[in-house]
Amino acid sequence: MNPEARNSNNLVFCAQDLNVYYGEFHALRDVCLDILPNEITAFIGPSGCGKTTLLRCFNRMNDLIPIARVTGSIEYMGVNLYDPGVDAVEVRRRIGMVFQKPNPFPKSIYDNVAYGPRITGMAKRKPALDEIVEISLRKAALFDEVKDRLKNSAMGLSGGQQQRLCIARAIAVNPDVLLMDEPCSALDPIATTRIEELMNELKDDYTIVIVTHNMQQAARISNKTAFFSVDVNLETDTRTGTLIEFGDTEEIFSTPKDSRTENYVTGRFG
Amino acid sequence: MAVTFGRVLDNKTSTRIEREVASAIKRQGSDWKGNTFYTLLLVMLVLTLFILAVLIYGVVADGWDILTGWLPSFLGGTLGSIKAFEGQTLGVQQGLAGSFWIAVFVALLSFPIGIASAIYLEEYAPKNRFSNFIELNIRNLAGVPSVVYGLLGLFLFVEGIPSITGGRTAASAGLTLAILVLPIVIITSQEALRAVPATLKEGSYGVGATRWETVRRQALPYAAPGILTGTLLSMSRAIGEAAPLILVGAITGFLGSNPSIVDPRQLDDAFTAMPILITGWTQNPMPEFRVAAAAAIVVLLVFVLLLNAATIYLRYHFEKKREA
Repeated sequence: MNPEARNSNNLVFCAQDLNVYYGEFHALRDVCLDILPNEITAFIGPSGCGKTTLLRCFNRMNDLIPIARVTGSIEYMGVNLYDPGVDAVEVRRRIGMVFQKPNPFPKSIYDNVAYGPRITGMAKRKPALDEIVEISLRKAALFDEVKDRLKNSAMGLSGGQQQRLCIARAIAVNPDVLLMDEPCSALDPIATTRIEELMNELKDDYTIVIVTHNMQQAARISNKTAFFSVDVNLETDTRTGTLIEFGDTEEIFSTPKDSRTENYVTGRFG
Repeated sequence: MAVTFGRVLDNKTSTRIEREVASAIKRQGSDWKGNTFYTLLLVMLVLTLFILAVLIYGVVADGWDILTGWLPSFLGGTLGSIKAFEGQTLGVQQGLAGSFWIAVFVALLSFPIGIASAIYLEEYAPKNRFSNFIELNIRNLAGVPSVVYGLLGLFLFVEGIPSITGGRTAASAGLTLAILVLPIVIITSQEALRAVPATLKEGSYGVGATRWETVRRQALPYAAPGILTGTLLSMSRAIGEAAPLILVGAITGFLGSNPSIVDPRQLDDAFTAMPILITGWTQNPMPEFRVAAAAAIVVLLVFVLLLNAATIYLRYHFEKKREA
């Protein structure tokens, strides 16, 4: 990739020489990666390759782990997220996250979606809040299923519905980016299809980065794919995640440049 | 003919396999280890309940004359001599007053301080050697004998700041017991907070909540039943403690004034408390006081049980809210 393109303002994220450590453990080495707006970027790779770690760097979720340390930079719209003056809470309001296991709050469906707008002070009065909740649930393709029981507990929803509720909760604060950490791994195939369809609709409004263990899923839905792998150093017995190859999804799956990528996407190495 | 693992078997072989499987999955003898363990557990449980039943029967039977004869005047009566017993003016009112004020001090001091400490240690404090050291010491403090807290109270509150506490008063006793249960409140609250699922907190941070908002709206409501149980059980403990009160000067004999239970003017006055009053009467050689002591024990038991019942009800209420 030429440097000029990298410096263009068109990028949502631009990671440069990103390294992540958990205490002594070097989890991720020298990642350089660009995320373009209104695209779905998929991170694939075997377990322990650092793809979730990288995802959690994009909204400074790793800050919550006391021993995590990040070097290098991630520019979000031209601002380094790891600059001392940047407020992680503000970052997370703009860069939403959906987690591997659906994690609705033990509150009503309405209160789950209204949680973010309430704490961020987006909507103080009830009509405005009602509107945000409805729009968010509609965007998450859940409104018609739950419109008659918004006051019911979110814990009574099915797994797939819970995950769509979590998506609605994330988009209720009107973020620019949605980070999704294996959002379908706890769901059945039908619920998975629904979430995938949803992501396709959402990418018109949001930039989506998704970690997935399912290569077919990456191939089906993403525009760009990044393949990560684990470098095992036998001398020191350490394992470090690295970015092997990043490019258009079609290329990664049909004509990968690196043999390791090819082995992985063809299922010869897991 | 039968088919097993894709192979066609003749009748003889298939009958043999069936017989072998049947004998293999049939129960071989009795599971005596499991049965013995089960019986042992049951015996222990029955034994515990039996001891409790004997205790309750004992005190109720001993205190029967008062409990059925003149309970209302016993509840309103004061410390006194055998004459007071005969005139039915003897009673636990002053003990109830002392225990009430001790409970107030525990609730107002150790609950907020203890829960706040637990929140700080669990949610804010960096996990390093220093915070580990503090946590270890809180655990040690929970194991310190209550008499030692009595000495501490004597030194700190009775002799240290008599201008504030008034010396050997209900205020000193309340402060001492508040300190006594503080470690228990901290530990149980910490454990309740630790049980809050990390995914819940992540979900909250994920939509841009601050740490305070996450603690306030996710961690605390989820941990509320556990915190509540711990705090109210520690309250029961404080109400039942006698040893430290003796050291900070609770009175077993006569008390001059007799204000109503909730009158705060008695805070800087000489005081007694239910466990002290019971101890005093038990030590009295006259048999009438045994009846009085037994009746007082029943009164104390009822109050502690009421407190526990309130705990269970509130816990149930919060848990239902958590699942709703």
